[in-house]
Amino acid sequence: MALTASTLAPEGSSQQSYLWTLNFGPQHPATHTTLRLILKLEGERVVDAIPDIGYLHSGFEKIGEHLDYNQYVTVTDRMNYISPMANNVAWHQSVETLLGITLTRRCQYVRVIIAELARISDHLLSCGAIGLDVGAFTFFLYAFNQREAIYDIFETLCGARFTNSYTRVGGVLHDITPLVIEKIRAFLKTFPKTLDDMERLLNRNRIFVDRTKGVGILSREEAINASATGPVARASGVTRDLRRDEPYLSYEDFDFKVCCMRSGDCLARYLVRMAEMYESLRIIEQAIENLPSGPINVGPDERTTIPEKQQVYQTIEGAITHFELVMANRGFRVPCDESYAATESPNGELGFYLVGDGSHVAYRARCRPPSFLHFALFPRLIRGHTLSDVVAVLGSLNIIAAELDR
Amino acid sequence: MVISQEMIDRLQRQFPNCTTSEALEQARVVVVRQDLQEVFQWLKEESGFDLLVDVTCVDYLNYRGAQQRFGLVYLLANTETSERLTLRVMLDETDLEVPSAVPTWEGADWLEREVWDMFGIHFTGHPDLRRILMPEEFIAHPLRKDYPLQGRGERHNFPVLTRQTGLK
Repeated sequence: MALTASTLAPEGSSQQSYLWTLNFGPQHPATHTTLRLILKLEGERVVDAIPDIGYLHSGFEKIGEHLDYNQYVTVTDRMNYISPMANNVAWHQSVETLLGITLTRRCQYVRVIIAELARISDHLLSCGAIGLDVGAFTFFLYAFNQREAIYDIFETLCGARFTNSYTRVGGVLHDITPLVIEKIRAFLKTFPKTLDDMERLLNRNRIFVDRTKGVGILSREEAINASATGPVARASGVTRDLRRDEPYLSYEDFDFKVCCMRSGDCLARYLVRMAEMYESLRIIEQAIENLPSGPINVGPDERTTIPEKQQVYQTIEGAITHFELVMANRGFRVPCDESYAATESPNGELGFYLVGDGSHVAYRARCRPPSFLHFALFPRLIRGHTLSDVVAVLGSLNIIAAELDR
Repeated sequence: MVISQEMIDRLQRQFPNCTTSEALEQARVVVVRQDLQEVFQWLKEESGFDLLVDVTCVDYLNYRGAQQRFGLVYLLANTETSERLTLRVMLDETDLEVPSAVPTWEGADWLEREVWDMFGIHFTGHPDLRRILMPEEFIAHPLRKDYPLQGRGERHNFPVLTRQTGLK
């Protein structure tokens, strides 16, 4: 069935005569990325909406069947490019679950720090974008100025600002340096002030509250039934946060709150994200002050990370591991098994279903994208609201088309 | 979180045709297709698995030791107790009809559309089973293992494999 105006109201139906059909996207400033909506309007009211996705489909899951476990991390960068570090962590956590690798304490803490920095970066963009879409341009600039600081930290950490590819199977690319720690500490000092400023700018702003309060209400039952996760579900009163409920990495060590609201409208989703940034800051602060010493990567016996030069030259285990890893027909020992591991990414539950077949590439690398399920909620949220609310609802769901279409 | 043994036993009693196993600390249940709709209802209404995390599929065309071509995977979670369950249904090329999970979990809507798009598995009772990521006029199902990685519009240059022919 082709997606045309007749899909919305069949030919000959009584509604056909006075309803307008409006095409929104795929190229539109307020969609931020490439996605298309077909809206059925009665005057200014949206009667129905049909999302049409796939404009950014690039076959990431097919590529996952041809790149090895370390190479594929570069592709995960390009999924949710607002928080690539969180995707890196999610991917390698799935791989390590399949391979049965336990990370070192230091590596777990470092991954927590980068995942939480990515969360702040993502929430800054999504809150900034909803502000921008409903007319608060200053707010957006405050948010983007701070994202720059996070990019700067990531650049110092791994050399790349945007597509980081920082994690590796069993460890990370480089150990965290004192300079990075210094920069993160500086960020922890300056950022709360900006966050307070941002809250003062928008939280009680009459125009913003009028545009978002009571718009796009999602009830708790609907949220669970439609598989919503992350801030979208928590704004509707679902108290599920994988960091607390199924602690991965070392989240059980940290003291933080799970931020929830009950109203389930666009304002609630915005407020949950703002509150989560404060909690992320608390987690980073605890992690950076209690960063364990010791090796960052797993030892040479695991045969997953390239050992240090000194180990390669001076120990037989190091030499063997290095040989095994760099030879084309060698590599990891991967079980013929299947596993699913999920992380609480900024947008919701991001997990990978991996099937290993003993070779160096995954037999199947399924990504469970949170945006995909959130965008399916869109017609339900927008029904009955006005055309100008489309951008507010889109902004509050934080739809990233690259993650949506993969 | 790992599922309790009591739950597994209850499931086994209710549906004697299913087989349960556990690996990598994840509980897995293989269900026969005839039971599927009842299993969905039972898991949601009686056992509290209210969140459908994911629906996906694996093509076992040249997977060592596999008996059937496709494995449909349902990942479920309980939002109260954080229990997780992996439900699997094995399918063969000759019959790719599966009852839809949309009446039980609405979240299955787009997930099943994607499985249809990528693997060509037909969900009966789905309200709107159209392609979702590929264009409407696309003819193949690109995540099947006999679909090439590269080549522009060249599906016809590659043989269509089945599990029987593929094993030679």
